[in-house]
Amino acid sequence: MDAAVTQEVKTRPAAVDYQTEPSRYKHWRLSFDGPVATLTMDVAEDGGIRPGYKLKLNSYDLGVDIELQDALQRIRFEHPEVRCVVFASAKNRIFCSGANIYMLGLSSHAWKVNFCKFTNETRIGIEDSSRNSGLKFLAACNGTTAGGGYELALACDEIILVDDRSSAVSLPELPLLGVLPGTGGLTRLTDKRKVRKDLADTFCTSQDGVRGQRAKDWRLVDEIVKPQQFAEHVKQRALKLAELSDRPVGAKGISLTPLKKVSDDSGLHYEYLDVQFNRAARTATITVRAPESVGEQTVEKALAAAANWWPLQMARELDDAILSLRTNELELGLWVMKTAGNPDAVLALDKFLLSHQDNWFVREVLGMMRRTFARLEVTSRSIYAITESGSCFAGTLVELALAADRIYIRDTEEVDSVATMTLSEMNFGPLPMVNRLSRLAARFYGDKSTIESLHQQIGKKLSAREALEAGLVTSAPDDLDWEDEIRQALESRAAQSPDALTGLEANLRFGPSETPETRIFGRLSAWQNWIFIRPNAVGQSGALKVYGTGAPVKFDWEKV
Amino acid sequence: MINYTEKIPNNVDLGRDRVLQRALEHWQPAFLGWWYDMGPTESRNYDVYLRTAVSVEPDGWAHFDYVKMPEYRWGIFLQPRDEQRQVNFGTHKGQPAWQEVPGEYRSTLRRIIVTQGDTEPASVEQQKMLGLSCPSLYDLRNIFQVNVEEGRHLWAMVYLLHRYFGRDGREEAEALLARRSGDTDNPRILGAFNEPTPDWLAFYMFTFFTDRDGKFQLCALAESGFDPLARTCRFMLTEEAHHMFVGETGVGRIIQRTCEVMKENKVEDPSEVRALGVIDLQTIQKYLNFHYSVTLDLYGSDVSSNAANYFTSGLKGRFRETKLDDDHVLIDASYPVSEVLGGKIVTKKVPALTALNERLRDDYIDEIADGVSRWQRVIDETGIAFRLSLPHKGFHRAIGNFAGHFISPEGEVLTEEAWKQHEFEWLPGPKDYGFVQSLMTGRVTEPGKFANWIAPPLRGINNKRLNFEYVRFN
Repeated sequence: MDAAVTQEVKTRPAAVDYQTEPSRYKHWRLSFDGPVATLTMDVAEDGGIRPGYKLKLNSYDLGVDIELQDALQRIRFEHPEVRCVVFASAKNRIFCSGANIYMLGLSSHAWKVNFCKFTNETRIGIEDSSRNSGLKFLAACNGTTAGGGYELALACDEIILVDDRSSAVSLPELPLLGVLPGTGGLTRLTDKRKVRKDLADTFCTSQDGVRGQRAKDWRLVDEIVKPQQFAEHVKQRALKLAELSDRPVGAKGISLTPLKKVSDDSGLHYEYLDVQFNRAARTATITVRAPESVGEQTVEKALAAAANWWPLQMARELDDAILSLRTNELELGLWVMKTAGNPDAVLALDKFLLSHQDNWFVREVLGMMRRTFARLEVTSRSIYAITESGSCFAGTLVELALAADRIYIRDTEEVDSVATMTLSEMNFGPLPMVNRLSRLAARFYGDKSTIESLHQQIGKKLSAREALEAGLVTSAPDDLDWEDEIRQALESRAAQSPDALTGLEANLRFGPSETPETRIFGRLSAWQNWIFIRPNAVGQSGALKVYGTGAPVKFDWEKV
Repeated sequence: MINYTEKIPNNVDLGRDRVLQRALEHWQPAFLGWWYDMGPTESRNYDVYLRTAVSVEPDGWAHFDYVKMPEYRWGIFLQPRDEQRQVNFGTHKGQPAWQEVPGEYRSTLRRIIVTQGDTEPASVEQQKMLGLSCPSLYDLRNIFQVNVEEGRHLWAMVYLLHRYFGRDGREEAEALLARRSGDTDNPRILGAFNEPTPDWLAFYMFTFFTDRDGKFQLCALAESGFDPLARTCRFMLTEEAHHMFVGETGVGRIIQRTCEVMKENKVEDPSEVRALGVIDLQTIQKYLNFHYSVTLDLYGSDVSSNAANYFTSGLKGRFRETKLDDDHVLIDASYPVSEVLGGKIVTKKVPALTALNERLRDDYIDEIADGVSRWQRVIDETGIAFRLSLPHKGFHRAIGNFAGHFISPEGEVLTEEAWKQHEFEWLPGPKDYGFVQSLMTGRVTEPGKFANWIAPPLRGINNKRLNFEYVRFN
């Protein structure tokens, strides 16, 4: 259908670029002292990524968080010697006052949702690095730690709050703004810090929060420390945390060189990844290219290739593409995943990656792949994977298909170019989704015999029919049906309600078991996004809307 | 392998269409299997004087010759394409007509086509046994003609499923052969197509009333923005006319015979009329009431969001859509619809988009009324004082606003009890069916002879004599 062609082109705001590097930071300072890195938040009031608000009191917006995400990546890859990261503040008696409320008040619903998703992913990434690659995190809360500021602290392994009789940790979103502490705050209070529910209830409905000994008693912080001892205590605790780490001593990092990216009307173009926009059809076709060949792999070669090593570069390009599409291309509602290249190359790299996890770099690359692929399922876009001749759905790249809502494979009779799927060990655990299950385990609801029989197929190039038989694909149209089936499948998907599809996909993608991450993306975010469109938050007299204007808040008292 | 162009006359380039060929390789034998099972009983070896469409040219769509029905050349014909054709109604009005299925409407279109397609084999199944009690070779040939053309209409719908709907289209095409009229576990989709057609009066009534519903549905689909569907339906309509002719003249000839016998013998009392071996006019009226009311249900609910969606999406238009003088979008239009409120039938205006079923039903009723008045003329010409009438729209309805209400043919709202008391004064009862069937216990096979209960037609088929051997039994 070409109805969309005739629609007026909406004026688009400048595209958000998720790439940056430390010399361009406006809001953070990154410093290193042996095994400890300090990320000092010093938000520039006038440095908002969009006009119309001032980032006062170390409040943040998407731009601040893009820098944070970049800084974490630098620490992971460029500073393998770092074992503990301290979050600190350059502002006197303010750690961080959370997401900027004026920014939220001015933002479209889509912007708010996307912003919250990205900040959530960044905080989940902090915990992922703590759990999987030996980076420990310490929040040095030197003053007011409010809302998203406390949520950032909650993502750390340890929270130290200054005990100056006034500084408090707080989640004032509900009493102040009529919304939830939606960047994982609620979930981490319970799931991570085990704050009793009545205390959590009291805490979350108080504007002032909790300070001093009570904050510690309620398990909201780990330590309270007098201002005089604060700096020294933080230093000592950071070194203690660093001792828990198995990051290497004396290793040299690699440089995360800027991605070679061309962004134009037709799409986003990287070296191993290409995104083609089809605005009329409202689709984005994402093609990931595997190398044509890989020589014998060694850790030294991988380190020498550094940011150009295919697994890392591919993951970084995919990461950037996902984030760009989510933020800048709201109407491209259906992503079509394709692959190209040599399946054997991917399988060889998979094998190498998994057998060299004792090396910090290989481990970080796998972490990058894991976190990047995990973004797919929490993306509010329909995803179809299409496997045809020349495709390269093997090992790691099979994850792109398994992340999709549907998978189509061409059952072709042209023998030289049959579409195949090839599993590797990578599909059985190393790249879990946010529910901490492999995509295969989630797909088959943990059925051991199915998963075991698939495990026995590792390395075998499965034909379309075999893949269909094994439940790996949704449909395998043959040559005669292929074109029309695919066209109609794409057209009919793109025509359905984007909201309902998002809800459907979010329900189907994760299966029955919950993790803190799925609770954040499923329960917390879904409720938050509901509240975000309700008049009590964003109506003319809604709490979020009128905050700071002096106008009275008027609630519709009907409890829904 | 099938020699496609030889066996299956077509204008869809079947000889070069691998998609179609592959689908038909499976389906064509299955269709023949269905025909052997469910086609006319004991007819396999008959030579029947049938018309076959061999092309869409004016001289090509009615080619007459003797043919054994299993060897009938069921073809695939679409009216030739008009390159300029547009979607003529709904939100896509003014865009070029679609030559491929728009993905967003795929399932809706498939449902429309399957529902239409399902009626075609259903009627063949309903009429399966009637050949054994035919009143003449002329009538036997006519029912066979209707049967093979319903078969061709099935082919037409299956063509669309095969050509445009991939694997699920092929599966639906198979399901069309698997359902059975009147089978409790595996029924045809629409109610009227599960009713038995127990005798020849019912057959003529069916072809007059129910095939005319088919005509109106085809007319609405002939307006479709999906061009292949529109073109298919346009060609089907050329054949549908004959079916309604069979129905209208069949009932007319029965009426004529009855009136002649009544006049000759100066009888009016139904039981005396029956005693003379013809069907009394009261029974004909009851059959009329039954078939009319059951067919009205086929148009669906009076207020229907499906109908509105079909129209708005450009998939199914109104009767003679392009001839209508309005905006063809109908956002602000309204249409009167009846309902029962507080024991009375009242009319209210509803958005025209939601009332498209009702509108098509009303167009149908207009045309039916004309046909009934032609039957009345047959009676009047013999001087018999009897009036045939169409019952009220709400009489004996199972779908729509009147469903669940008990309305007399005159349009009074009754209690269930009162209605039941009169049921068999208005609708044929077991005794009526028993009587009609008692007249039709054997078949008339001598060329030129007709059963006592029906008058001969005015002329034969394709200018042949009435005593032409339209069917050879071999």
